[in-house]
Amino acid sequence: MAEKEIDKVSGVETTGHEWDGIKELNNPLPRWWLWTFYATIVFAIGYMAYYPAIPLIEGSTMGMSGETNRSVLQQELKAADEAKAGLVSQIEQASLQDIRSNDELFRFAVAGGSSLFKVNCSQCHGSGAQGGPGYPNLNDDDWLWGGDLDAIYTSIKHGVRNGTDPDARDGQMPTFGEGILEAPQIQQVANYVLKLSGQEHDEALASTGQQLFAENCAACHGEDGKGGRDFGAPNLADQLWLYGGTADKIAAQISKPKHGVMPAWGQKLDDVEVKQLTVYVHSLGGGEQAAATQ
Amino acid sequence: MSTEDTTVENFDAEAVNAKHKRSLYAARQKIHPKRATGWFRSLKWWIMAITLGIYYLTPWLRWDRGPYAPDQAVLVDMANRRFYFFFIEIWPHEFFFVAGLLVMAGIGLFLVTSTVGRAWCGYTCPQTVWVDLFLVVERFFEGDRNARIKLDSAPWNFEKIWRRSAKHIVWVLIAIATGGAWIFYFADAPTLAKQFFTGNAHSVAYTTVAVLTATTYIFGGNMREQVCTYICPWPRVQAAMLDEHSLVVTYNDWRGEPRSKHAKKAAAAGEFVGDCVDCNACVAVCPMGIDIRDGQQLECITCALCIDACEGVMEKLGREKGLISYTTLANYNRNMALATGGVPGGVIDPSRVHTPDGGIVSKVSRFHLSDVIRPRTMVYTAIYALLGLGLLAALAMRTDLDVNVLADRNPQFVKLSDGSIRNGYQLKILNKTSNPREFLVMIAGLRGADLRLDGSDLDQGRLGQVTVEADQLRNVRTFVTLPPEAVISGQTDFTFIVQPLDGGNIARQSANFEAP
Repeated sequence: MAEKEIDKVSGVETTGHEWDGIKELNNPLPRWWLWTFYATIVFAIGYMAYYPAIPLIEGSTMGMSGETNRSVLQQELKAADEAKAGLVSQIEQASLQDIRSNDELFRFAVAGGSSLFKVNCSQCHGSGAQGGPGYPNLNDDDWLWGGDLDAIYTSIKHGVRNGTDPDARDGQMPTFGEGILEAPQIQQVANYVLKLSGQEHDEALASTGQQLFAENCAACHGEDGKGGRDFGAPNLADQLWLYGGTADKIAAQISKPKHGVMPAWGQKLDDVEVKQLTVYVHSLGGGEQAAATQ
Repeated sequence: MSTEDTTVENFDAEAVNAKHKRSLYAARQKIHPKRATGWFRSLKWWIMAITLGIYYLTPWLRWDRGPYAPDQAVLVDMANRRFYFFFIEIWPHEFFFVAGLLVMAGIGLFLVTSTVGRAWCGYTCPQTVWVDLFLVVERFFEGDRNARIKLDSAPWNFEKIWRRSAKHIVWVLIAIATGGAWIFYFADAPTLAKQFFTGNAHSVAYTTVAVLTATTYIFGGNMREQVCTYICPWPRVQAAMLDEHSLVVTYNDWRGEPRSKHAKKAAAAGEFVGDCVDCNACVAVCPMGIDIRDGQQLECITCALCIDACEGVMEKLGREKGLISYTTLANYNRNMALATGGVPGGVIDPSRVHTPDGGIVSKVSRFHLSDVIRPRTMVYTAIYALLGLGLLAALAMRTDLDVNVLADRNPQFVKLSDGSIRNGYQLKILNKTSNPREFLVMIAGLRGADLRLDGSDLDQGRLGQVTVEADQLRNVRTFVTLPPEAVISGQTDFTFIVQPLDGGNIARQSANFEAP
């Protein structure tokens, strides 16, 4: 080693490195900086020992804590489940009407039902439950199978015409266009249905259609065409049409009816979830009060 | 000239941060400020007592708000998102009050700085106040400047150990009290104090106290002037805030120079010397370790203790006070020109500014209160006053009832079986009083509409009634339905009216009815 060389201007020792006559001074690092640096090394060793750190061929060292992002997430999910366990068990115990009238349970059920709806129901009924052609709008007051809490609960739990649940809602409209009614007769019935709902119609056709309606349709849809919830027969005397309300669409539906299908959600969701969905759908604005017990 | 100058104590003091010693890299040299006495020191004691008193005691003040609200006068209630300040209660959406106060504080700082320089730094900054407090403790246990210097170089004997430990223990206690006081602003103070000392408080409380204790102890006890010199950005902003009419602590070298330790001898020899006897009293008291005679400098927090030190000396010497004083740069420059005969950078001739008997000639420029009034300070004052009046007006017009309406957007409207059109809304009613209140909800406009409130005690067509708990927001699901014959295509404006049954102010909120 060469002798220590002291820079004349600053009085500081040089490192002996020289570039084009410029020599590097050997100023020490600030002590606080150095100590911080050492502290980070100590910290890093502790960190490596405590947390999963060193990658191996499969996985990594687990560290003393065994804590990973995944395990933290699982813990947090578990904690969230525990936090709402009280409300969940209350919903399990309570009747639908009790849930509806308890402010806290109601808010919890609507929040839970809303998110369940978006995951399971919005594909057909739309994210705002506004429905579409062939899929009922759940906001309105027109219910095929009933709009009180129990009716909605049954529709969700067992579904409609799904063939997987023996208790599913079921009701079939005959294919009138295949051997039951002639094409002109279908036009006459269609005109009568237009008349029922207060739309423009051919009076002559409608008056003959009236007789046909009484013979063929009233059994399910009622004498006045207001529908029958036992069979899921739509109200034909209102302004809402599941498959369209024009003469063509009505005739098409008489001739070769379409039938909606809904899964039995009781097979996929648990009872608490079905209850939450029920309360949510009921709260959308069209929910009905249960009919007075007879 | 007085012959008493032999009685003036000379200090063996050298400014740690003196001009000629500045280097880019240097280890810290400890500063041992001597106790000062005088007008500014008294002022600082008072400010210290008042500011510390406000800080430590405020959370314990009570203020009755009835059974539904906390009775703490000043409380930042994070959990319930409320801020209480005596008779004022602020909700999160009224945070502009706090923002406005902060803007006022900023403008106030500009105003103060442009008139009296770094008064914030020198008198009220927490760093200054707590360092002062810590110095009191240090002086109590270790003595004044000379005793402390001696103790510093003394070996570690029993005396040194107990004095040092006692000082640090008291420092830590003050630091704990400081960190401790902070958390009481965020919860009911008596309850939290009980929880805190029985170990039942939230871990956030303990962490906060620990962090603030550490910062208070380190910044106030150990780092002291380094915080101002190396960490704080404010000294850097000063250059933009001060102008030649701002009062800054200044050594008036036009009357002090040439300084001489032997003024009497010089006088006997017929030489005319300046007023400064180079006693270093100003250096010995400086908590920032500077020599004010080097001129205005970044480190100077304008605590004015050097003024106090110098006044004492001038008094003893029977000379006019103000060798070191609050002076504007403009006055200083005029007086300097007078002393040098108008030659820039010229030699100071004491005889130009002194009368033969050692007084100061009347030609020198002195500070007048009118110097404060200038366009800049007037603009600051105007902005400050406007902001203050605006906030006061907002406070006076603040309502205790707010209503917000959020219309459903999915679906925008629902057609019902009889052809009616229904719209859904989230009606948010904010009851900002500390009592539960009942409200009537009505709609104005929208002829023929039917109003239905979820949870209403009253459903009568266009009228609903809801109760909102004290100091709470209630979100009421609201349906408005128009019969087919009344539906107007497109958007129709109407108004929700919320009327408190207790006779308070009515709130109105406009909304739209959507129809196909």
